Amino acid sequence: MLLSIDLALIVEKLVLIVVVVMSSLVIAMYATFAERKVAAIMQDRIGPNRAGPGGIFQPLADGLKLFFKEEIIPNFSSKFLFILGPSLAMLTAMMTSAVIPWGDTVTLFGREIHLQIADINIGILYVFGVVSMGVYGIMIGSWASNNKFSLMGGLRAASQIISYELAMGIALIALLMVTGTLSLKAMVVGQMDGYWNVVKQPLGFLIFLICVFAECNRTPFDLPEAENELIGGYHTEYSSMKLGFYLFAEYINMFISSAVMVSLFFGGYDIPFINDGHMVEKIGQNWMAVAHVFMFLFKAFFFVFFFMWVRWTIPRFRYDQLMNLGWKVLIPLALFNMLVTGAVILALQ
Amino acid sequence: MSVTEILFWFLSLLALGSAIMVVASKSPVHSILFLIITFFAISGHYILLNAQFLAIVNIIVYAGAIMVLFLFVVMLMNLNAESEPLQKNKYLLYGGTIAGASLLLVLVAALKQSSVTGQMVETNSGSVGLIENLGKLLFTDYVFPFEISSVLFLSAMIGAVVISKKEA
Repeated sequence: MLLSIDLALIVEKLVLIVVVVMSSLVIAMYATFAERKVAAIMQDRIGPNRAGPGGIFQPLADGLKLFFKEEIIPNFSSKFLFILGPSLAMLTAMMTSAVIPWGDTVTLFGREIHLQIADINIGILYVFGVVSMGVYGIMIGSWASNNKFSLMGGLRAASQIISYELAMGIALIALLMVTGTLSLKAMVVGQMDGYWNVVKQPLGFLIFLICVFAECNRTPFDLPEAENELIGGYHTEYSSMKLGFYLFAEYINMFISSAVMVSLFFGGYDIPFINDGHMVEKIGQNWMAVAHVFMFLFKAFFFVFFFMWVRWTIPRFRYDQLMNLGWKVLIPLALFNMLVTGAVILALQ
Repeated sequence: MSVTEILFWFLSLLALGSAIMVVASKSPVHSILFLIITFFAISGHYILLNAQFLAIVNIIVYAGAIMVLFLFVVMLMNLNAESEPLQKNKYLLYGGTIAGASLLLVLVAALKQSSVTGQMVETNSGSVGLIENLGKLLFTDYVFPFEISSVLFLSAMIGAVVISKKEA
């Protein structure tokens, strides 16, 4: 039965959801801090160092500041839609985490608990579905602001995300042909024994990585918020915590898409060069799962750092360059990659 | 009532209610948002039938891509409740109401007599909606219609490019 749900399962999943969402929030919070520190290091500065030892409480101070700012809702905008915009952005940013396998199973209180909120048949397509919903948060917010600059920023964001979704999807199809499954868990298990998917799909990974940068509106593709052309982009009219939600959603997206990339291409929670069977005998199933989670987070954090590294290295594209790259370079490359992958699979059979 | 039944009634009410709101709401942007909710409710129905692939594709394609384009058009033309033209012609209103009611009558009469009502729906148990079975079915039994429709899509795509291309 599909819907025979017992109470223990509900409690288990509820705890898991709360833990995953809370840790995503905390990680996103400290990603803002890390971004400022990374920027400082790259520009030979010190960075935030006043709040707490080494500036460790800086994110809390930032959050408090945003909370206590005055809330302004423009006079001629639709109030409901104006509030719906950032809420949707935040909601979709956090919903993606549901299908990511954070680790293997742990046994607690005599129950086997999978460290994944939902292992569904459609796995990665769910991520795509939620990501395509993320556009609405930006579009609705920008339209409800009743401001030309906001609208331009919103339209830019939406067309950018739609354009890069295509190349991303085609790059993913090649990967799916290699793995033969849509479930992220099954993909990770498939990579545990063999090579990581990045070895089998290097071009696919490169395309996917570039598209993820565009989907997250990160530099060099952060044209929706190009401040020298559009003031603040789609969140020009936003203040206080609603602005905070938009900015925060970007960092959550960054972390979650790093996690997706790790599960798709870098073996997920697989610890390289170590035979898991031996380790489980030595330290037990539960500690192994903890090690897996830490390995996963380590890989994901590396990608978060990579996002920041690129941001402070490469300048912004021009808008026509962005569209040319998406439609005339990445999509043909992704199609080529798909054809080659298909031909190789056919030849090997 | 079982959980499935409660979900079914909830999703049906949501789908019908928001579908009515699509027509009833004054602002085009609100109409689009209600249409998105309708698509979500329909996807929920697909999930109840264990057709997960169809459910997510419905969300990605309709709610995610096509509705974004709708929203684009509405936002760029800046349509809103004030600029909505009022329907002045009363005879057109009457005609529309009568035509709609007749269509409803025909649909209800046709569905009441058809064999569809006699068949039970496979809730939760059917597995044809899962991606593996669906793919196998599409590429074996239905490969000809599948290819025909892909050619249709390709020609539509080329047509769109040709139309939007500027006269050089």
